[in-house]
Amino acid sequence: MNLYTPSSPHFHSQNNVTSIMLTVLYALIPGITVYVLFFGFGILINILIAVVTALSCEAIMLKIRNRPLLPFLTDGSAVVTAVLLAISIPSIAPWWMIFLGTAFSIIIAKHLYGGLGYNLFNPAMIGYCMLLISFPREMTTWALPLSLSENYLGPLDSFAFSFFNVTQAQIDAVSGATPLDYLKTQLGLEKNISQIVNNHETFSLFSGVGFEWVNIAFLIGGIWLIKRKVIHWHIPASLISSLFAIALLFYLIDSEQFSSPIFHIFGGATILAAFFIATDPVSAAATVKGRIIYGASIGVLIYLIRTWGGYPDAVAFAVLLLNMCVPIIDYYTKTMPYGHK
Amino acid sequence: MIREIFRFRGGVNVPEQKSISTNKPVEKAKIPSLLTIPMNQHIGNAALPSVEVGQTVLKGELIAIADGYISAPIHAPTSGTIVDISDHPIPHPSGMSSASIQLKPDFEDNWAKLIPHDKDYTDLNPSELRNVIRNAGIVGLGGAGFPTFVKHNPGPDQNVEYLILNGAECEPYITCDDMLMREKAQEIIQGLLIIQHALKAKHAVIAIESNKIDAIQALKDSVREFPESHIEILSIPTIYPAGSEKQLIYTVTGKQVPSNGLPIQIGVVCQNVGTAAAVYRAIYFGEPLISRFVTITGDVNTPCNLEVLIGTPFNDLISQCGNSIDQIHRIIVGGPMMGFAMHSATLPVIKTTNCVLIDCGKFSSFRTSDFHMPCIRCGNCAEVCPINLLPQQLYWHSKSLELDKAQEFDLFDCIECGCCDYVCPSNIPLVHYYRFAKSEIWKNDRETKKSDIARQRHEFHQLRIEREKAEKAERHARKKAALKTADKSIDDIKKESDPKKAAILAAMERAKLKKQQQGITPKNTKDLTPDQQKKITEADERRKKNIVEQSSKRVDSQDKSK
Repeated sequence: MNLYTPSSPHFHSQNNVTSIMLTVLYALIPGITVYVLFFGFGILINILIAVVTALSCEAIMLKIRNRPLLPFLTDGSAVVTAVLLAISIPSIAPWWMIFLGTAFSIIIAKHLYGGLGYNLFNPAMIGYCMLLISFPREMTTWALPLSLSENYLGPLDSFAFSFFNVTQAQIDAVSGATPLDYLKTQLGLEKNISQIVNNHETFSLFSGVGFEWVNIAFLIGGIWLIKRKVIHWHIPASLISSLFAIALLFYLIDSEQFSSPIFHIFGGATILAAFFIATDPVSAAATVKGRIIYGASIGVLIYLIRTWGGYPDAVAFAVLLLNMCVPIIDYYTKTMPYGHK
Repeated sequence: MIREIFRFRGGVNVPEQKSISTNKPVEKAKIPSLLTIPMNQHIGNAALPSVEVGQTVLKGELIAIADGYISAPIHAPTSGTIVDISDHPIPHPSGMSSASIQLKPDFEDNWAKLIPHDKDYTDLNPSELRNVIRNAGIVGLGGAGFPTFVKHNPGPDQNVEYLILNGAECEPYITCDDMLMREKAQEIIQGLLIIQHALKAKHAVIAIESNKIDAIQALKDSVREFPESHIEILSIPTIYPAGSEKQLIYTVTGKQVPSNGLPIQIGVVCQNVGTAAAVYRAIYFGEPLISRFVTITGDVNTPCNLEVLIGTPFNDLISQCGNSIDQIHRIIVGGPMMGFAMHSATLPVIKTTNCVLIDCGKFSSFRTSDFHMPCIRCGNCAEVCPINLLPQQLYWHSKSLELDKAQEFDLFDCIECGCCDYVCPSNIPLVHYYRFAKSEIWKNDRETKKSDIARQRHEFHQLRIEREKAEKAERHARKKAALKTADKSIDDIKKESDPKKAAILAAMERAKLKKQQQGITPKNTKDLTPDQQKKITEADERRKKNIVEQSSKRVDSQDKSK
């Protein structure tokens, strides 16, 4: 009789990587749904292109690296990267941009660093930054929200925008700057905030038309993730509160030059970053104290880059800069074990 | 007074699986046809057999004596004949063997004459109590098997503030302590009072996980019979690993056992409830520890608790629960979190065997696959770690054999409870990596020590050789020098030596020569009478004659010797 003699513990919970990744995807559904309602179907086409590209690249890389295909293709990590990248790119961007960005994320940022668990940087943000630097015009041409646009982009229109040559006029008809982008350009023209905000239809009560609802939907998904214990509260809470605090400080100093903290939180990609991007466990700090430092630093960096940097939104750069600091943050936030007092 | 309960950090809620084995009262297991009693059932030196093959023994008779201070004697679990004393496999994760006594029971189960302590135990001083406990072979029944009397000797300047009886039993499936508390509550209380007396402990607390409602009630009922005892029955939160000594002490006292230290350093002594019951039986009835409650559970037809004689093989117990051995996938001694999977079904129950858990592959909570994904740094492991370690870092460093870094992250504070492993979404066998790293460090330490000794020995050897060489050379040189001076004529010296020495030598030679030429000038030779003169001349003559005779004799003897 041959008895099975593995090492203890013999029990194991039902936790697995796939269920974590699936939960993250479920949590993105409300945000994506609202996005589609306000900005058209383009985002869904982007997601589709990104997911297909990501899985293909993942399979090719696994094959090249001689790793088993099934467990890694079904772990869901490539799909999460693809979806996060797809919703960060303007919905009317052409297909090849999505393809290029996703392939760069999976091949360069993920597999060349050693695959799942070994990537130093958030793959989706690497792909995003590559695109932003290489194609700045396409990456800042965002679809207008429904209420501001004559024509809502249905599935067929979106498909056309993605796969066929569309004229600049067609693009201009459906696109505009994001609130953050517009505000930045106008502030650069030495206008003050009340002038800018009151005279432009893109601004709503507390951020930008459409964006506010998308962000609230992402927020709901994020809170659900915390409740499901897939992410911890430390990073979102510290990120949002540090951004809020620094924005409030400058807003109180001069509310005509610096936009309100609420605008910062609901205007751009802050919520998405706080709950879905900065919380990527692989590239985030791992200790509790470390996560708080990490999140808070991203919040501060987002504000600094948005306010004084060259880009209207700053989430990707802030996250990547802090990804670099993770090893040192983890090293200096070692816990105090039981019995060491 | 309601005691504050301190919630230790981390921990996990695991499927309890306890109720399946608690619906039947504890029965005595059948006496097997052969008992295999290992000498190595406790921490410390193995006991030394004091019987011979062929000897008949009575139940409770001493069959092996303690070897040294940290050791425990062993008694015959039933009456019968000793048939063999040799090495047999023991229930140990390594599958190792130990000297064991095999006893063929006569099924009479005749007791040896026991000597109960007839007086009140309070008449005995702590040292006498310790002796009784020691001679009864009582060791910690919770799992580690540390000789109990050693724990009862805290040292002269240690005050015991808390005596905690551990009835937490936090591991899934195991219910032997639960059943003991339900059925032998009074024995536990009386045992606790004896230990409290021996330790002069200020507070006595029995800590039980809140899921053992019947046990808590039984103990509370029993405590009422000892109104002046001030024993606290404390219901603690049900969360694994509440029964781990460090966590339990924190739960009850809010104090942490220093890293690498002992509970006694913070004035705490912890004992298992079963140990207390055994102490009671030793004092009141003179009974040694020869049986214990064992849970036989898991994928068996009738999971239950049995009172089992030490040395009973597992397969006897499994068949008593209605299962055949060949369906079994794995046998775990202990619980599913910290228990060890055994290599064989014929291993015997020893003093520390609390549970025999059978896995036939039916229950989904058992880990079945060895495949694991890479670590995704989710941090769940750090969240559940009851010691507040960083399991992830320990894993990276253990895996890459950066052992000094692993120690920097306090590898040796890990209690191997398995919480991190349990929650890991990547299914990484974390505890296995920590054990591996620990054993590597121990191995390296041993090797360093060994090579240190070898190096010292080698260095000393070299030193001795050199010293001997030097001594030899010195001796040689001295001898040579001595020979040289003897051989050298004055002329040689004259030639060789410096002019000053030569001048001195020349002067000395001149003086000698002069003396020879002049002869000896006697003193007081003036104004001598002719008589005196004549005597002197005669004496001179004699002397001359003597000298001539002696020299001729010398020549003769030299000739003869030639």
